[in-house]
Amino acid sequence: MAKAVRVSAKEKQDENRRRWGMVIDLDRCTGCQACVVACHAENNVPVVGEQEAARSHSMHWIRIERYWEGEYPNVKARFMPVLCQHCGEAPCEPVCPVFATYHTPEGLNAQVYNRCIGTRYCGSACPYKVRVFNWFRPDFPEPLEQQLNPDVSVRQRGIIEKCSFCVQRIRRVELDADASGREVEDGEVQPACVQSCPPSALIFGDLNDPESEASQLARSRRAFRLLDFLGTDPAVIYLKGGETNV
Amino acid sequence: MSDREHMAGDSDVPEGQIELSEEYRERLLLAQRTDAEINAAVLRPMMETGPKFWITVAILSAIILWGLYAWGYMIYWGMGTAGINNPVYWGLFIATFVFWVGISHAGTMISAVLRIFKADWRRPITRGAEAMTAFALLMAGLYPFIHLGRVWKFYWMLPYPNNRFMWPNFQSPLMWDMVAIFTYLIGSSLYLYLALIPDMAMARDHSVGWRYKLYRTLALGWRGTEGEWHKLHRALNIFSVIIIPVFLSVHSIVAWDFAITLQPRWHSTIFAPYFIMGAVYSGLAALATILVIVRKSMRLEEFLRREHFDALGKLVMVAGLGWIYFWFAGFIVEWYGNDPVTRELIHDEVAGKLAPLFWLQMTANILPVIFLAFRKIRTNPKWLLGFTLLINVGMYTERVLIVVGNMQRNYLPFDWGTYKPTWVEISIVAMTFAGFILLYILFSRIVPYVPVWEIKEGRLRYSLRRIGRLWVPTAAEID
Repeated sequence: MAKAVRVSAKEKQDENRRRWGMVIDLDRCTGCQACVVACHAENNVPVVGEQEAARSHSMHWIRIERYWEGEYPNVKARFMPVLCQHCGEAPCEPVCPVFATYHTPEGLNAQVYNRCIGTRYCGSACPYKVRVFNWFRPDFPEPLEQQLNPDVSVRQRGIIEKCSFCVQRIRRVELDADASGREVEDGEVQPACVQSCPPSALIFGDLNDPESEASQLARSRRAFRLLDFLGTDPAVIYLKGGETNV
Repeated sequence: MSDREHMAGDSDVPEGQIELSEEYRERLLLAQRTDAEINAAVLRPMMETGPKFWITVAILSAIILWGLYAWGYMIYWGMGTAGINNPVYWGLFIATFVFWVGISHAGTMISAVLRIFKADWRRPITRGAEAMTAFALLMAGLYPFIHLGRVWKFYWMLPYPNNRFMWPNFQSPLMWDMVAIFTYLIGSSLYLYLALIPDMAMARDHSVGWRYKLYRTLALGWRGTEGEWHKLHRALNIFSVIIIPVFLSVHSIVAWDFAITLQPRWHSTIFAPYFIMGAVYSGLAALATILVIVRKSMRLEEFLRREHFDALGKLVMVAGLGWIYFWFAGFIVEWYGNDPVTRELIHDEVAGKLAPLFWLQMTANILPVIFLAFRKIRTNPKWLLGFTLLINVGMYTERVLIVVGNMQRNYLPFDWGTYKPTWVEISIVAMTFAGFILLYILFSRIVPYVPVWEIKEGRLRYSLRRIGRLWVPTAAEID
């Protein structure tokens, strides 16, 4: 009987597929970098150190882009968290010769580490430059090796990795919901960055569910998508009011 | 072809020397030599190798060994030992890859295109050009491996039934690249080999020892019968027609590696013809460079004459004009388009950090076109050497600018970066240059560098006829 329930749940899911997406409220972002730290901890992203960071070899799945606006003394700092946009029409996907990057039915732009051979073509094709390459063997200096997340594999040198919308957390919630025979609730899935954001600037949810908080915010008049004119159809929606001073 | 004396007897050429007008005296195909003289002139530099040759081989081998060490170092420690970074994911490796693929284009241009056009001056230089194609492609073919993050998994790009239940992604231009380069490598190697068979037989008949065994094997039992010649000509005609689309596709695909991305300045429809033009330009220039050096070092002054440098120089000049046209056609559209990112890229290139490279590129590519317009410069080996070397400096710079220059800047200014090659990249690039030269000079000592049968065949085309007191050559159709 349990099996029958699961099949019907899956069928329903296929009819009304989820599209995972994120809303980032730039009017709330303080640029505190908590999301960056949380992402490193959750996803076993190596910390490369000062010297390699100076050679542009740093590895962040999410980064806070800081822009200065105006002339001194009226200078404003603008912060913009940028992570993989999980594009619906992802430029990185068709160029991979070994299908290491592909689109899941739930709208995730997935990176299959084991398939990647490291051509870095996806990185060149990505207009957001959010794909990070393992330039060296991953190294976790003490005490970082004590807190490696067992749900996420540590990647080998020579391959591309990137934001997965914390797919391990999505799967955990889905499995739990499936096991107890219920639907995944809105706000139940929280990627590490979303969970750690102090001003709740990041909201995660199903963009195909018109009732979800994320899709309601995505319909806001403040909404825009990064480099939307390229036609990449990103699943990350930014909110920005006209006159806010952050 | 050994009975050339007999065949030549059909025209009314008298015994002994004929006074030709100055215009014709320089022509190789009209030179009055016997077959034995031609054979000897081609075979002598193959057999005689002095200490200079072996010193060169030793130096080149040392550079190659060092490059292999650098490659091993990079595989062991990771790609980060090279200067490539985020956002400049592709650096000197891909630039040099494009450069070598470009060099490889002249061989087909010379032997296939000129063969179809029946340009007789091509005859003594076809083999040198074809060998250049094959070896440049071999060097180019190394880069996709060098450049892979996990080179030990390279075979995952090959379509074969496997336990991953995966085919490669044929949507990816890298797959097109692999298919095109393999096809071109196989095609051009076969083309090189086919034209080699009669000369292998000639060398077989004039050598002893290990060379005899080698040439006997490679000659495939060639006897020079009517039927064999007929089949060889048919095969060469078919090959020269079908290799031209392959040759056009290879560099188009290399261009599409860049052009199909959304990267500003890469994403352009003119990239494929622009790359082909640049490839022909740099390839022909490299061929001229090589011919000047080979002529001197192998004492082939008999075969590589002013007329060949003159004609080759003209071809280089025309290709150069084509390159300038395509470059300008691409540049002006983007410049006037004034898209913010493109504007930044163009500014950075023309007047910013990359300006020295940009102006080197423009000077080194345009100046030779102007000078090669003069016959005196085209036919002077030293000037020709200088200008064609300059062209390839310019074309290499062009590739670096296209790959590195355009990746430093992109849509989000926060991701702008910079690039500086490390010793690893420079050593590996030097390895492929040394590898190319080593393969080439070894080849030229093992295989007759000048295609003897092509020259003999060309000589048959011309017979001397007397008009009044003047001897003039008349050409016959023999293909």
